[in-house]
Amino acid sequence: MGVNILFFKLTLLLYAVSTLLYLFSVVVNKPNSDRLGRWLLMGAFAVHTTTLVIRFYEAGYTPVTNLHESLSFFAWTLAGTFLLIDRRLRMAVLAATTSTIILVLMLFGSLMPMHIQMLNPALDSLWLPIHIGLAFMGNAVFTVAFVAGIFYLLQERMLKSKKFSALYYRLPSLDTLDTINYRCLTFGFPLMTMGIISGAVWADSAWGTYWSWDPKETWALITWFLYAALLHGRLTTGWRGRRAAILAIIGFAFLLFTFLGVNLLLPGLHSYSSMSG
Amino acid sequence: MDIIVVGLSHKTAPVAVREKVAFAPENMQQPLEQLQALPAVNEAIIISTCNRVELYAVSNDGDAALAQLKHFLVEYHQLSSNKLAKHLYVMQGDAAIRHLFRVTSSLDSMVIGEPQILGQIKTAYGFATEHKTAGLILNRFLHKAFSVAKRVRTETNIAGNAVSVSFAAVELARKIFGRIEGKTVLLIGAGEMCELAAKHFINNGVTRVLVTNRTFVRAEKLAAEFSGQPILFENFQEHLHQADIVLSSTGATNFIITPDKVNGALRRRKNRPLFFIDIAVPRDIDPRVNDINNVYLYDVDDLQGVVNANMKERHKEAEQAEEIVEHEIGQFQSWMAGLDVVPTIVALRQQIDELRQAELEKTFSSLKHLSDGDRKTIVAMSSALTNKILHPPTKVLKQAQQESNAQQYVDALQVLFDLEIAAPEGKLKAVESDN
Repeated sequence: MGVNILFFKLTLLLYAVSTLLYLFSVVVNKPNSDRLGRWLLMGAFAVHTTTLVIRFYEAGYTPVTNLHESLSFFAWTLAGTFLLIDRRLRMAVLAATTSTIILVLMLFGSLMPMHIQMLNPALDSLWLPIHIGLAFMGNAVFTVAFVAGIFYLLQERMLKSKKFSALYYRLPSLDTLDTINYRCLTFGFPLMTMGIISGAVWADSAWGTYWSWDPKETWALITWFLYAALLHGRLTTGWRGRRAAILAIIGFAFLLFTFLGVNLLLPGLHSYSSMSG
Repeated sequence: MDIIVVGLSHKTAPVAVREKVAFAPENMQQPLEQLQALPAVNEAIIISTCNRVELYAVSNDGDAALAQLKHFLVEYHQLSSNKLAKHLYVMQGDAAIRHLFRVTSSLDSMVIGEPQILGQIKTAYGFATEHKTAGLILNRFLHKAFSVAKRVRTETNIAGNAVSVSFAAVELARKIFGRIEGKTVLLIGAGEMCELAAKHFINNGVTRVLVTNRTFVRAEKLAAEFSGQPILFENFQEHLHQADIVLSSTGATNFIITPDKVNGALRRRKNRPLFFIDIAVPRDIDPRVNDINNVYLYDVDDLQGVVNANMKERHKEAEQAEEIVEHEIGQFQSWMAGLDVVPTIVALRQQIDELRQAELEKTFSSLKHLSDGDRKTIVAMSSALTNKILHPPTKVLKQAQQESNAQQYVDALQVLFDLEIAAPEGKLKAVESDN
């Protein structure tokens, strides 16, 4: 067993403990009770970074080429993105949900074949880390927008119906959640755009064509249009609040399908990142 | 040594009784000194607020002190003791300690978690120290109560959510807008509750106030009061889009704000949220307004509902607070027990007596020729000697306990005679952590 897999398991454990601590702090709802969870999440992120570096050296390429590696990388970008956002807005509910998503990604990652495989020669390029890095950073930012969207809808429903559950007292203001939605959109959209463009440039140099309408490309484009529409609506006609939250949730569903659904269900040019690798 | 309390509160007495028993803050010296002068009372403090009157005292004879405190209350206010009796509660020891801790932490208040009571008790304590009726034990007791209240406040969310209708409106606005600094309030009509809510909003950072009224002069007057801007009632709809928060309280018999108007305003403000607070009865704002995206409408009943929900939340927090109180009672009790001199006296006597017995045995075993009479004389002499030696320290200890400064002697004796005293568990710990 490679050292990287040992580290991966340690990372998984740290994420699990951090998630539990965050959930606990949501339940008790005390100021600063999320401090321990935050420290653990930071620690988990650091160990995760080490894991990826070790795997990079053990494999000899950027470890984003099969499903195990992709899930782990996605979880890593999500943790990093969230920690950046968390510096500004400390919210236990948001942290608990995001770290749960990270944990789920990592658990799935641990169920996939974890050993290092020979690199597909087609992927042996500097474009690999650039294309995948941009795409997953975009995904991570949109995941946070998705979480904020869910909580926006819950909070909005409580404010409209005037029936407050225990969650009401733990959620930030609608404005805060809507601002997260907007910020994530303004960061996520350029990342996603650059991810797609870098992919096209790479495709041109590797396959001789910018765009081949393989399932991943098609679904990525659909998702891109969805987020483009949301951004446009926000900037021009004031699509905000509920509508923006719903679109962020739908966008995330498309995004998830582009990432996982396409890999598992629809064969195409991007199929190296399927289950078997 | 016991702590006792005699008192009445909003829970046991109507205001008609409470007002007769209240002590005026400008004249606390006389009652405090009279209390202190009671034969069974060592230390005393009077807490008198509009919701409660309570006399706390430290006494060596709790039962006698309770009777004297009751008598004092009746005499001082020239009331009939029969009438007062049914409103009074008396507590002693643990119960009295628990009571002050709960009162100070606002667990016994009419509105749980209200912040005033702590200040009121601090003032009462100020009077007691000023007139020197609080000694070692009450000083410690009150400071402990303050620290319990602080713990409750920081470790539970007991004062977390608004429990008044006007403040609930401000909190709702915060839930919607995040920050209300820089937001604009439109005041439609007038009315006490409406103005109070407007004041709350201004105190919390609202910078711009628009005021409209069917009588323009009144709008102008109110606007001047809030340094706002008066608007003609006829065209207030034209200004609706400028407002983030609308407070409405007119005498209109039908809706003055309809979904149509709100939709129009919302378009002009690019869907930025609008928060309507309808305080009027009959209502001013069509309830269907609440169905529009990014618009929130609360009427009086809705606000009351929020207050009730917040109340429930406070009661939940109060349960945690009660646990903190229980824990702190234990700590304080341990400290009190440390003040008790009896175990020290017993231990000292026992130690000396054991030495005496041992020495007697040694002496008798080497002097076997002594007659029984001689032996008896020697035994009597030894016990007279030890008693004479032990008499002054016993007296000093008892005296010190009266004056509540026994701790130093207890400590010294323990070290000098290497005494092992059956002290309550956690005594040292409690004393250390309190210092």
